[in-house]
Parts: sequence; structure tokens; C-alpha cells
Amino acid sequence: MSILIDETTPILVQGITGDKGSFHTKEMLEYGTKVVAGVTPGKGGKSAHGVPVFNTVKEAVKETGATTSITFVAPPFAADAIMEAADSGIKLICSITDGIPAQDMMRVKRYFMRYPKDRRPMMVGPNCAGIISPGKAMLGIMPGHIYKQGSIGLISRSGTLGYEAASQLKALGYGISTSVGIGGDPINGSSFLDHLVLFDKDPETAAVLIIGEIGGPQEAEAAAWIKDNFSKPVIGFVAGLTAPKGRRMGHAGAIISSTGDSAAEKTEIMRSFGLVIAPSPSEFGETVAKVLKSA
Amino acid sequence: MDVHEYQAKEILAKHGVAVPPGTIAFSPDQAVYAATELGGSHWVVKAQIHAGARGKAGGVKFCRTYHEVQQAARELLGKRLVTAQTGPEGKPVQRVYVELADPFDREIYLGYVLDRKLERVRVIASKHGGMEIEEIAKNTPDELLQVIVEPAVGLQPFQARDLAFQLGLNLKQVSRAVQTILGAYRAFRDCDATMLEINPLVVTKDDKVLALDAKMSFDDNALFRRRNIVDMQDASQSDPREAEAAKYNLNYIGLDGEIGCIVNGAGLAMATMDMIKHAGASPANFLDVGGGASAERVATAFRLVLSDARVKAVLVNIFAGINRCDWVAQGVVDAVRETNIAVPLVVRLAGTNVEAGRKILQESGINIITADTLKEAADKAVAAIGKKA
Repeated sequence: MSILIDETTPILVQGITGDKGSFHTKEMLEYGTKVVAGVTPGKGGKSAHGVPVFNTVKEAVKETGATTSITFVAPPFAADAIMEAADSGIKLICSITDGIPAQDMMRVKRYFMRYPKDRRPMMVGPNCAGIISPGKAMLGIMPGHIYKQGSIGLISRSGTLGYEAASQLKALGYGISTSVGIGGDPINGSSFLDHLVLFDKDPETAAVLIIGEIGGPQEAEAAAWIKDNFSKPVIGFVAGLTAPKGRRMGHAGAIISSTGDSAAEKTEIMRSFGLVIAPSPSEFGETVAKVLKSA
Repeated sequence: MDVHEYQAKEILAKHGVAVPPGTIAFSPDQAVYAATELGGSHWVVKAQIHAGARGKAGGVKFCRTYHEVQQAARELLGKRLVTAQTGPEGKPVQRVYVELADPFDREIYLGYVLDRKLERVRVIASKHGGMEIEEIAKNTPDELLQVIVEPAVGLQPFQARDLAFQLGLNLKQVSRAVQTILGAYRAFRDCDATMLEINPLVVTKDDKVLALDAKMSFDDNALFRRRNIVDMQDASQSDPREAEAAKYNLNYIGLDGEIGCIVNGAGLAMATMDMIKHAGASPANFLDVGGGASAERVATAFRLVLSDARVKAVLVNIFAGINRCDWVAQGVVDAVRETNIAVPLVVRLAGTNVEAGRKILQESGINIITADTLKEAADKAVAAIGKKA
């Protein structure tokens, strides 16, 4: 089954005619993803890589039945694009954009509450690499060939550190059911916990690897939930052991501002809730292998 | 992005927050002139740096005469002030703020922060102002007052009144405090701040409510729409390498180890730093070259990293996704030729077109130590500087 996306998911690309949107649409199509529409206000009627372009998300959904969106929209317009997708009935919105103001994301999350729970979209990102269900569909900017299809779920804040994990697993013969990049921003669309809930119910996922980093409460929150609610093994890692306090390490959300924010603290919390910790970022594959063999 | 105290006060004053009269000065003479302009008979001369704990470090001087003002400014200007928050190198004092010093009765803490867990703006207040918030939170946690702002409507007057009355203020003070609390929130929202601290917010004998000190930090992601904040930038307050990096849109943070790092992706960069530590050495910097690892960017990255005299080896770790390894390899080769690197260079490439990339490195004729895995890269870098893994 995998989670979030598969080969049947009809996807639309917001910002399809821009450089990034256009390039990645081509990559996604070549991967076998069902991209059915694109949206760029003002470019309705055109076509990009064989995909029809519309002026609004509402129109695109009406004409093509798209249920999922990926946004390649510049920061000043990104929150608007996300809200437009939500309003048009899109169920899953993945925002690649790096640079959305934090207060904009706060308002986007508040906006989602305008809809009753069953109408509310799931949002992934922003500032993320996207989602991939290897062998089925790619909703993002990752290099598809580094993923083998298999039974490990992966949830990561970092894009390239997620690629590192995927390629280590592949080298040892392990594949991924779905990889979700939740992004590096302080206020994001969904957390580790949101996707663990989905992985819990996914028969194709046998274990999950979560890769966190300094800053924010989401790793600890996930660990606490895992202890009493998650039925499968979880391997965890938190990047940034050597990060100095108070400095923003690249990602807007990667900053040690208060108690519980550091890599050491989060690692300890994960360990105390029963997660198996990968001793270093070069041992993701090995640690997963060990856990699966002993399970 | 951070700003100086006087700039934070300027912003707050525009949003209805009362601040003591004050003027910025760049020289001792200007400081005296400021004092004469302000009038009165007592002034504080405050070093303007992007760090707190200035008082304890001698960065805030109470003066009773113009001569004392001039002396104070002369002592502070042109020197580096070291406080508990600056690190041992301190920060350069190029500006001093001369403010009218009037007596006050009470010190209150008032702070605003974007709470990540709640995804809301949180307003924090305490009767025990004047101390660091961590101390206040530790000593008197039960007396810490908080309200959460509903983003759909903003901070409401009733919430500000709730705080003001709980702070034990009298009616006249309450009405002024409410104006301050609401005004500061508007400044936070309208300038895309990530942190705002008024500590202390003082209450005077004649019921005035004034922001005696103010700190503001702003969301870097929002600066594109906050030109007035961008104009307040003071490059002298950051590590010159970081200011240089920012010009090229490179994410650079100087640390104090010996292995320079050039990586794509913040998480991978942090992980690379962690691996170096595991291998027995220390990273000299954090550097995320991001998604566009062109020859120019890589060369700029090399120059930045090598400008740190402590760097004894450079580790390049690129996981190519969209950036193909062969492009990156060419970028590295071109950069090395351009920058004349004199220390060992370890390059680890992975991802798209990795074989083509390795070939380019091998055939370049440049002495590059290649590595296949993250561990190999870190171990080789550490070995290259003569340390044991």
C-alpha cells in the first residue's frame, strides 16, 4: 500500500511553468508518477511536458480530478498557493519552498482549521525534499534511483541526510515503503507523529527510521507516542550533536533555543522511549539491518 | 536577523510603546551633543551591540555630567565589549545610545515568542523583571504569566488587561501597560519578529510605563518583505566570514575546529560535523552550499572555508540529487585551481552520476583524497591532519 502516494494518485503541480516546477515535473513523470495537471496563474491553456496547465487549482481539480498537489512557488506567494490548494479540496499538499516566513505558516495552519477535520488537508513541508513511494510515485525533488522499494518507512527533516539513509539501506539490500520529508522549518505542515500514525496502519511497512535534528518538540513528541502506540520497531537519529547553542544551522527550524532542543537531549528522550538509536549518520543502514534481523 | 537596542526601541515607539527619550551617538562629541539635546541631568550611556548582559560587563554607564557622558562614550566606543553572551572575542562597539535616566519603581518582564509546539505567538510577563527570563522561570515559575494569541484575530485588549491586572498595576498604569502590550504585539506581527523582549519594562513614580531595554530578532525568511528591517543590518556585529557568506547566499557558521566542511543540505552538513567529531577531530565550520553547487559557488565556499587560519584540511561532502556529481566534481576541480588550496582535500561524492564525478576528480591531476562513504570521508580527513580516527 505505502502511505500518502502511489501509482494511482493524481497529482497537480503548482508553479509548473517555472524553472524548478518544470524540471521536477519532467523527473516525476519519468519516474512513473501520475501528474495530471499544472497550475500557473496566467498560463492556463498551455501544456508543460504534455501536462495541461490551468489558471487556478479549482479549475485543475474540476477538469482532472487531481487530489494531491506539489508546490514550486516562491516564498512571497507560497502560503497563498497552499491555501488555494486547501480551498480547492486537495487532500495532500507538499510544499517544496525554502523560505516561507514562519508567521505565514502559522496562518496557513490556522487556515486549515476552517475546514472540518474530514475536509482538512494533510500538508507536508515546507522546505522539504518531498515524498516518494519507491517503485510507485515520486512527489518531490529527490533522485529516484537511489531508492529501492521495500518495507522501511523513512521520515526525515533533512533532504540530503534522508538520501544518505536511503542509499545506505539500498546498499545493504533494504528498500523503502515510503520516504516522507517533513522539512526544516520551525512550523511545518505535519510532524513525525502524523506520519508514524499512517505507517502504523500500513501493512507494507515493517519498521520506521526517523531522522531528526536540533530544535523543536517533534522528535520528543513522536518518541512518547511511539512507546504506547506504535507496534513496529523504530530507529532514530538526531543530527547536530556538535551544533552550538542559539545558532540557526541552515534550516530555519534547526536552532537550540530552549531545554529539550539539543541533539543529545532528544537522543536520550528517544532512547528512553524504546527507540533504537543509530550511533552515527554512517550507520543508518547497519542499525536498521540489526533491528530487523533480531525482530 | 538581530538589531540594536535603539533600533528595537525605534520600532516599538512607532507601534505605541513608550520608551525613554534617547539619541544614538557614534563619537564622544556626538554623545555630549545628544545629552544636551535630551536635556535633563542624568543620562545612561549604553554600548550598542547584538548581545545582552552589557550591564554586568560595564557596557552601561550612568552619568551625571556632560563630562561623564563624554568619558563614558570614549571608554566604550572603538573597543570590543565582552559580555556573558558574546563569547570571549566580544563584539565591537561602534555606537552608543544616550538615554535620559529617570528613576523608576518597578521592573517587569515582558516577552513575545513564536511557540513552535503551539504554533502561536506566546506573550510572557512577570513581576520579577530585570533578571534573565531563564532565572525568572526557574525561581518563580508559578508567577510566570502567559497568554496565547489567536492568529485569526490577534492579541486582544482583554488579554493585555488580564496580564496588566495580574502584574498588580494601578488603573493608570494598567491602561498604559495595555497600550504597551498591544503595541509590542503589533510590532512583533507587522515586522515578522521571532523574538521580542522588553526587560525591564519599568513603572515610574508618576505612573509612566516605559521600555527600559528592548531586544528584537527577526525572521530571516521574511526579510524580503521587511525592507525597513533589512536597512537596520549591522555587519560589524557578526563574524566577517558569516557576513561574507550571506552575500553569496551561503549558509556559513564559524566554529573552532580544524576541519573545514563544505556540504549540500543542512542536515547532511550537521551530520558531517558530527562524523568528524566521532572520528576524533573538530569541525571548523558549518557550511551548506545548498542546491546549486555550481563551480562559482563551490569556489566561493572554498575561499570562505580557507580564510579561516585554523583549517588544516577540507572535507567536501556532496550528495547529488539534482546536482549531478559530474557537475559538482568539475566545480570542485575548477575551484581548487582557482583558490590554490594548500591543505589536504577530501572529497566524497554520492548520488546521481557518481562514477562520472569520481573520474573527473581522478583525472584532474589535483591531489584529491576521495572517499565513498560518510565514514570514510571523516576518517580520511582526520587522518590527513595527523590525528587517529
